[in-house]
Amino acid sequence: MTNFADMAIAKAINAGLRKAMSEDSKVLVFGEDVAQLGGVFRVTEGLHAEFGESRIFNSPIAESGIVGTAIGLAMRGYRPVAEIQFDGFIFPAFDQITTQLAKMQNRSEGYHKMPVVIRVPFGGGIGAVEHHSESPEAYFAHTAGLRLVSPSNPNDAYWMIQQAIRSNDPVMFFEPKRRYWQKGPVNLDTPPQDLYSARVIREGGDVTIATYGPMVHTSLQAAEIAVSEGVNIEVIDLRSLSPIDFPTIIESVKKTGRLVTVSEAPNSFSVASEISARITEECFYHLQAPVLRVGGFDIPYPAAKLEEIYLPDADRILEAVDRSRAY
Amino acid sequence: MNANDSVPMVQMLSPEGDFAVPKNYAEYGSYIERLTEEDFLKFYRDMARCRRFDNEATALQRQGQLGLWIPAVGQEAAQIGSGYAVGHNDHIFPSYREHGVAITHGVELMSILKMLRGVNHGGWNPDETRFHLYGIVLGSQVLHATGYAMGVKFDGKVATGNKAEDLAVISYFGDGATAEGDISESFLFAANTQSPIVFFCQNNQWAISSPTASQTRVPLYRRGEGFGVPGIRIDGNDVLASYAVTAKHMDDAREGAGPYMIEALTYRIGAHTSSDDPTKYRSDEEVAYWAARDPLKRFETFLRRQGIGEDFFQEVEEAGEKLAAEIREATFALKTPDMEDMFKYVYSEPHPVIDEQLDWLKRYEASFGGEN
Repeated sequence: MTNFADMAIAKAINAGLRKAMSEDSKVLVFGEDVAQLGGVFRVTEGLHAEFGESRIFNSPIAESGIVGTAIGLAMRGYRPVAEIQFDGFIFPAFDQITTQLAKMQNRSEGYHKMPVVIRVPFGGGIGAVEHHSESPEAYFAHTAGLRLVSPSNPNDAYWMIQQAIRSNDPVMFFEPKRRYWQKGPVNLDTPPQDLYSARVIREGGDVTIATYGPMVHTSLQAAEIAVSEGVNIEVIDLRSLSPIDFPTIIESVKKTGRLVTVSEAPNSFSVASEISARITEECFYHLQAPVLRVGGFDIPYPAAKLEEIYLPDADRILEAVDRSRAY
Repeated sequence: MNANDSVPMVQMLSPEGDFAVPKNYAEYGSYIERLTEEDFLKFYRDMARCRRFDNEATALQRQGQLGLWIPAVGQEAAQIGSGYAVGHNDHIFPSYREHGVAITHGVELMSILKMLRGVNHGGWNPDETRFHLYGIVLGSQVLHATGYAMGVKFDGKVATGNKAEDLAVISYFGDGATAEGDISESFLFAANTQSPIVFFCQNNQWAISSPTASQTRVPLYRRGEGFGVPGIRIDGNDVLASYAVTAKHMDDAREGAGPYMIEALTYRIGAHTSSDDPTKYRSDEEVAYWAARDPLKRFETFLRRQGIGEDFFQEVEEAGEKLAAEIREATFALKTPDMEDMFKYVYSEPHPVIDEQLDWLKRYEASFGGEN
């Protein structure tokens, strides 16, 4: 009989980390405030009490140092899981991530594997001050040598963190922070699928939505509303942002002929842009409409009182669905 | 000549080749006492080898055989001395000018030339040589060294009671790199964890065209103090001071003393790289002043006074010519890598985009029927 547990996304990541730490003594967790406090979102709560200072520790508040030392620890045979406290605080580490972590395996012609996971709570919707609500994934998706994933539900969160830790390539793990408390069933026995594959989470024949992270929930809401208007939306949870599982998207677009991407990140030069370009190349004769992108605006993330307007919601998604269907 | 002349530093071999262990640095003296004549000869041989290699590489660059050369002329004592002080388990994280340290750890010199010719980005095996790849982004490698040292500490490989098991890390960087935040963060992480690492700063007084004064208001050996990393300045053109002081602090690190910083005051006799023109920013007098403090000359004087005869120096000279001829020939023989190589190591596990792009490139290249 399969073991299921109901848990929130934050708890599911916590349980996944616990499992990975139990199974492999080389897994180390560190970052700002991750130890006794359990991180500002409590994702690592209880791990310090259970595994002790030698396995999980607070680092100085120095993001470049966190990633740079993670690289050195990986060279020494560890599998570091580094937490960056908030999306907007990742930039002091940008150099170590893009010029070092991403390139080390290439530079060393394979001598140095880089089994490093960088956990990043990302996205808005929590009424935060500046630098706490951003979606910086495109910067990293543009960098060869990195892999990027983002779970949208507790089951994926539980399994994907473990799969990321087992990967010998560096994985940036984007956690949808406003969904941390969203509960769902976790299958404790069997992983749902490979880390880098997308999943059709709702079938439909009229329009395809490709989305990830926090916007999966919003896209599903939009799809439910559309039913009352007689429109069947297929929703794909990308799960992996680099590489993107294009075969899954292509198959869906060949069926629906229409694609709308949904993300919180600004549209220009984004993951959504890459999907749009690629689908145009691969599915040109199947498309009934241009690929449309629903995303953040190309402005700095606004002050909290305006974020509701900034962030895509079900209506904004449905507006794009309507535009797509009108072609 | 040098704003820092009044700063105390460990010097055992004067520019005139006189040897003495200063009383206040007696703790380093025993490290010299255990050296044999063969060690002295090895130091000289490798300093000369490094110089000859360096000059030949400059010539190869001038002839268009290398894309770039990064000369280390003038820094041989700092590098050979400290390099030989590194123990048999220790790991070395160099910057990009540490050809001398590479020589002390059996790194194939052609690996360095390959990189500067543009064949690869530095493909020697860092685990085998314990000499890690050149770090080109200033200061970046020092954090890797610190992380590695933290791992050593977590592994319990410090102060085990069995010297054969203990290990420490040494990381090289220059005066220019000390301005980078990564160096400060390295000091902090290393000090907080009391990890076994020696920060070896070669202050060659010029960061391309910027003098050391642009990077610091206090002598660099004190840069770590506020982080809890004590330091010392040595005469970086004195191979014996470089050896003894590094050996002592590597021993201390292995025995659990935590991080330490050594500032080796030296001088970059050559250009920053083959693309640089130092005549635009520094005087001939300054270069002449430091040429008179050349690390090889003073060590040669010392060895001759020890009774080392002309035969030895003749033999070193001949070995240098032989090396130069060998590397010339080997450089000419270097092959352009296969185009697959640039895709091969981007990821360690299969990646659809990489596979697809390589497939496309192969088809594209093949479409020319081998004539492009």
